[in-house]
Amino acid sequence: MYHADEKGYYGEFGGAFIPEMLYPNVEELRQKYLDVMYEESFKKEFNQLLKDYVGRPSPLYFAKRLSEKHGCKIYLKREDLNHTGAHKVNNTIGQILMAQKLGKTRIIAETGAGQHGVATATVCALMGMECIVYMGEIDIARQAPNVARMKMLGAKVRPAFSGSRTLKDATNEAIRDWINNPVDTHYIIGSAIGPHPYPDMVTRFQSVISEEIKWQLKEKEGRENPDYVVACIGGGSNAAGTYYHFLDEPEVGIIAVEAAGKGVETGESAATSALGKVGIIHGCKTMLMQTADGQITEPYSISAGLDYPGVGPMHSHLHKSGRAEFYSATDDEAMTAGLELSQLEGIIPAIETGHAFAIFDHKKFKPDDVVVISLSGRGDKDLNTYIDYFGLK
Amino acid sequence: MNRINEKLNSQGKLLSIYFTAGYPALNDTVKIIQDLEKNGVDMIEIGLPFSDPLADGPTIQDSSTAALKNGMTTEKLFEQLKDIRKSVSIPLIVMGYFNPMLQYGVEAFCKKCHEIGIDGIIMPDLPLDVYEDNYKATIEKYGLVNVFLITPQTSDERIRQIDTASNGFIYMVSSASVTGSKSGFGNVQTKYFERIAHMNLKNPQIVGFGIKDSETFQQATKNAKGAIIGSAFIKHLTTNGVAGIGSFAKSIKS
Ligand SMILES: Cc1ncc(COP(=O)(O)O)c(C=O)c1O
Repeated sequence: MYHADEKGYYGEFGGAFIPEMLYPNVEELRQKYLDVMYEESFKKEFNQLLKDYVGRPSPLYFAKRLSEKHGCKIYLKREDLNHTGAHKVNNTIGQILMAQKLGKTRIIAETGAGQHGVATATVCALMGMECIVYMGEIDIARQAPNVARMKMLGAKVRPAFSGSRTLKDATNEAIRDWINNPVDTHYIIGSAIGPHPYPDMVTRFQSVISEEIKWQLKEKEGRENPDYVVACIGGGSNAAGTYYHFLDEPEVGIIAVEAAGKGVETGESAATSALGKVGIIHGCKTMLMQTADGQITEPYSISAGLDYPGVGPMHSHLHKSGRAEFYSATDDEAMTAGLELSQLEGIIPAIETGHAFAIFDHKKFKPDDVVVISLSGRGDKDLNTYIDYFGLK
Repeated sequence: MNRINEKLNSQGKLLSIYFTAGYPALNDTVKIIQDLEKNGVDMIEIGLPFSDPLADGPTIQDSSTAALKNGMTTEKLFEQLKDIRKSVSIPLIVMGYFNPMLQYGVEAFCKKCHEIGIDGIIMPDLPLDVYEDNYKATIEKYGLVNVFLITPQTSDERIRQIDTASNGFIYMVSSASVTGSKSGFGNVQTKYFERIAHMNLKNPQIVGFGIKDSETFQQATKNAKGAIIGSAFIKHLTTNGVAGIGSFAKSIKS
């Protein structure tokens, strides 16, 4: 009931609202993705690469000092320890193998924080494929280390100059590229967004996160199900992967943290569930921030990876159905939570991830609650922002 | 009979022009429509600007951004057009993206189009199956012709489905591209134009994307019933403003 149906709907959300120019590409993918993913040879190759190349399973780490501070049992799912430093690579490994199965030779992607761009450039280098990454002009400036990494890996980084010059516009440019190159190109979308089958496909590739949490928690706590799983949400891929195997387990509380930017009511925010209405963005019916007239508005967050005016259709459904609790954390809360994690546990998180850790500003847990937080990425790429923000020079 | 169908039944090749409403200036809409009609244009696509026009290249994107900055809204466009049928008799089509129509309310949108005398709509991101399952009845109830796109990549089978679902014309996108990116037609296009012509579809075809002058108009309409000019006309407006619309329109069919 929380998974995509055959047409890619989660409740009323999802589907494929695409111009005819994209139909053959998306339809080919829709017809084949499940068959390919169920092939034994595909599963074997995917799992092998996740193990030997990405370094999975990622540890589930009991955060003792953080637990003491917040009065509950906190486990961290260490996606930051993956090769390339975030959960994004789980999806790009899956999609590059998919692209090969479909006979594609050219890869395009959009990126906000640059994590997905780096993860895409990485798998393209691994497989010897041409790689073009679209990135908003503003994000290119604020995530310079990742731009350099992509170039080092042999990818071309093309700036998106239109609109807010962030993730939304990079996505528009990637879609235009796909329209212009319908035959040889596969578009590796980096989050659980876009037309069906993307949200479902990305979610399945990321679902390894919750698959591992189950057996890891069993080893540590004697039970597979935590009381809560917590994740930050941009488009919603690390969250979708963290929730996946718990969606139909009602005793597991699902918590989503969006970016409130400077505050939900300030006009500079990316808290889609609070500010959005149902509409169509990037080929998908979902909650999105827009004017009364249906023009998509420009979001704001200090973290490039959460600076998106929509949210994946699964999350719209989890929100609307009440299955998940939604919160939003401001820039300040996320930055402070990132500093706290650094100094209590010796782990510097991505600013995106800092939002998940700001949950403790919003919700009080019970002492025996087992809370698993998706530590979606590491903060290396964000050092400049941290240094400026905290005056660490 | 709908004005679009009447026009399609007439002799000769049809020139259709696309422009973005609210560009270059907010209140140019009516003048542009009147001038185009006076100068022999057969049909007009009035572009409802959208913040994120996925299928458009930089020319139409930029005009959309400018139009929105100028203050264009769905309500505003309907208000500008409310008396348009007092002065204009050629077919008028609203072209835009689905989200603004959805937010206005699909039924309210269609009703308003009908009251004004709009004859059809083109929503590139309202796909065939969603149209048939959810919106066909409403769009038809208000007498509107819904136009679908096909591209060189569209399979014969799907073209047949689209032909069956259409009751006006088929918008034939000339090449695999967003608007405004290619000009001139090569071998691939010619083959595609011929392939479609040989399918003997029930709906006439009008070719769009990449038509910019009399030569490309001739090539595109060799097999098809008509052709649509968009980006080239927007560029003309950018350079010349609303002066000289007549000479642009006349130069195409000459
Ligand atoms: C570390 C990290 N976490 C989270 C996100 C947000 O994306 P998603 O909501 O798809 O997990 C990003 C996006 O760039 C990221 O880099």
